[in-house]
Amino acid sequence: MEVQNTTETRKYLVFRLENDEFGIEIDKISTIIEKDMNITRVPKQPAFVKGVINLRGEIIPVLSLRLKFGLSDDVCDENTRIIIIKLEDLTVGLIVDSVAEVVELDDETTESISNIAGEKSLEYLKGVGKLNGRIITLLDLEKVVIPEEAAT
Amino acid sequence: MDMSQYLEIFIEESKEHLQSLNQSLLQLEKNPGDRSMINEIFRVAHTIKGMAGTMGFNKMAKLTHDMENVLHALRNDELEVSPELVDILFKCLDALESYTANIVETGSEGDRDSEELSGILSGLLSSKSTPKDQEQPGTVAPPAAETGHGIVSDIELDQYETNIIDKATELGNDVWQITVRLNKGCLLKSARAFIIFKTLERHSEIIKSVPPVQDIEDEKFDFEFTVIVLTKEDAETIKKDLNSIAEVDEVIMKLVRERNKAAASVQAEEIPVSEQLQVTGDHKQAAAAGQDSNDSTAKKTKTGKTVRVDIDRLDVLLNLVSELIIQKTRLEGLEGIERTQQYTEAIEYLERITTSLHDAVMKVRMVPVETVFNRFPRMIRDVSRELGKEVELEMSGVDTELDRTVIDEIGDPLIHLLRNACDHGIESREERRKLGKPECGKIELKAYQDGNNVVIEIGDDGQGINVEKVRQKIVERGLVSKDIAANLSKKDLIEYLFKPSFSTADKVTDISGRGVGLDVVKTKIEALGGTVEVETEPGKGSRFYIRLPLTLAIIQALLVMIGDEKYAIQLGSVHKIINITPGDIKTVQKQEVVMYRNSVIPIVRLREALEVPGESSADQKVMTLVIVKKGERLTGFIVDRIIGQQEIVQKSLGKYLAGTKVITSATILGDGNVALILDVNALAN
Repeated sequence: MEVQNTTETRKYLVFRLENDEFGIEIDKISTIIEKDMNITRVPKQPAFVKGVINLRGEIIPVLSLRLKFGLSDDVCDENTRIIIIKLEDLTVGLIVDSVAEVVELDDETTESISNIAGEKSLEYLKGVGKLNGRIITLLDLEKVVIPEEAAT
Repeated sequence: MDMSQYLEIFIEESKEHLQSLNQSLLQLEKNPGDRSMINEIFRVAHTIKGMAGTMGFNKMAKLTHDMENVLHALRNDELEVSPELVDILFKCLDALESYTANIVETGSEGDRDSEELSGILSGLLSSKSTPKDQEQPGTVAPPAAETGHGIVSDIELDQYETNIIDKATELGNDVWQITVRLNKGCLLKSARAFIIFKTLERHSEIIKSVPPVQDIEDEKFDFEFTVIVLTKEDAETIKKDLNSIAEVDEVIMKLVRERNKAAASVQAEEIPVSEQLQVTGDHKQAAAAGQDSNDSTAKKTKTGKTVRVDIDRLDVLLNLVSELIIQKTRLEGLEGIERTQQYTEAIEYLERITTSLHDAVMKVRMVPVETVFNRFPRMIRDVSRELGKEVELEMSGVDTELDRTVIDEIGDPLIHLLRNACDHGIESREERRKLGKPECGKIELKAYQDGNNVVIEIGDDGQGINVEKVRQKIVERGLVSKDIAANLSKKDLIEYLFKPSFSTADKVTDISGRGVGLDVVKTKIEALGGTVEVETEPGKGSRFYIRLPLTLAIIQALLVMIGDEKYAIQLGSVHKIINITPGDIKTVQKQEVVMYRNSVIPIVRLREALEVPGESSADQKVMTLVIVKKGERLTGFIVDRIIGQQEIVQKSLGKYLAGTKVITSATILGDGNVALILDVNALAN
């Protein structure tokens, strides 16, 4: 049980996949785009690597979080978004069902995942935020985008 | 204000000077009697001394100073050029290079002392026959008279300087005495003075300075100094230029002697004054040596008007041009536009401009291979000495240009190949004599442009690659069985040389033979989009061909359709496009092949290789086969449809997809979609 004592608030972008809500730290997001462009498939990649897009002249790989988390494939509609995240020198797009809002969570309302870990499907998660009865799963982006599976 | 802002200039210029020193030394070694080379070396050493002194790199300054002493003695015929002496000068050069390298890395010249070299240098001097004159060497400008002049008052000139002035006025020069007063707040007086001297040298010849140059370099002066200059420019221009230098408070110019107009019109039109003056300056020594002094000026290094630009800025510029080309292609392809004549004309004009712009930007990024080649003569000299062989390096096409990014990478592979040629290629003297070859081995390094490629050839007249030895080795190493090895062709066997950790050398020498050479060469060249080939003939020598693309970023490509996906293939690797029918495809050892020009070439169905979703096109009556060339090997790729040829901009796939095997990079098409560029080599294997 590891609840930190400092009450630092962090901003998270909340998005939806199926019926669950997930959060990513807002400072790692470079932009959010509508999925109205073609994604070019890249051969010899795991299924969750959807391909690459042209974002203002830059080639950016796009991943399906649904497939990465073992859900059914994306069905694109007007709510579908690609969240472009930037981690140091790595830029990646993540396809999500829809983007909800930005929330502020402090240490009181976040809980480390260590006490509920143990399940394989939770390996990309780093915590859970609780907000007015909603449960927001906080993603560990580094783990999501480590391209280890892409290499195999 | 600190010195660091000059550091970059210092480093760049030092490198240039050291390079020219290197070349002059090599020349001197060949022609020990070449007086002009001694002068050139002296000039360079002096320049470096001045620069190093200004920047506070005292060890460099000290060493060059000692070099100057020896060179001075050489100029005065008090010493003779001997191989040992040249060796020592080379060692000094090495020391200077290592100082410079240290400065590049750490900003300081490091702790290494060159006392030993200095000792040897002064040892040379003390052994010289008879010192003829007492003149203290150390400055190119004639030694100044005693210090302690009133500064704004006239400078006294000795007989020698008066002679120069007489000569100069005859040649149409005015002689000015210029006193420059620096701002009292100036912190780095010597650096300022250095800039002022440089500025003056643009317009004029400085023949004397009070206090002497050396003292100014050492900051041994108050806030003003006076120089005597010879110039053809009018006073206002010089004054304006000097006043535009920061921290210069006042410039006082006083005409010492006006040009001799009558003489000037006759004589001085084409002969730069510096050359004439050099004749005068070297008069004493030149006469003594009975040498034609014109030699000394013939090889003056040329200085062009150049600007140094950070390579990153050029990259930005190139990216912008790339974007522009993408947008242009997009405009051309737009649908639903009424193509009036004006529209077409505008597009055509845009096309011309973007093409010229692209060419111009690429040209800016181009660097002559000379910048890499020029360190090789020295290297070959050292390596051949170490091996006790005599090797001559012949270079040609040094002004062939390559993209900067390629130039930066090409050095190491070439060094590997040259060392190999020296070590394994060229035989020992005795052996060459026995074989009736000239004792001196020859290595040829040749660069030339061939279409969109630049080819670099490295040939030697040595023993060639012993193919049988390769055959033996691969069996020993257990790479293939004896039976298979027996049937391998010469070409296949040579391929093994490029495999990691493979060396035919019996002994590992310092130079090469560790088997880490050729595979590294190959990997590096292929990473640059190039190829390596070898031709070898026993007893006659080997020749390596390195083929490199002229530019990396923008290429001509063939766009093809596979299913609903568009892919690009580098046009450079496309050999031919032919149509075949399913009946043409045969199967040999589970590999589909077709006959093409009497040879069997393997084919790859790209739809399957790339796992393109959708129906297979197996039942098509006519299939399109793109034959690609990898080195000498041909492979056929089956595609659904050819879209056409297009100029495309290569874009990196980024770190996430860096490991993708069959794709090298991507490009953005005119419609904004991404097309992937196929890795022909990976797919052909």
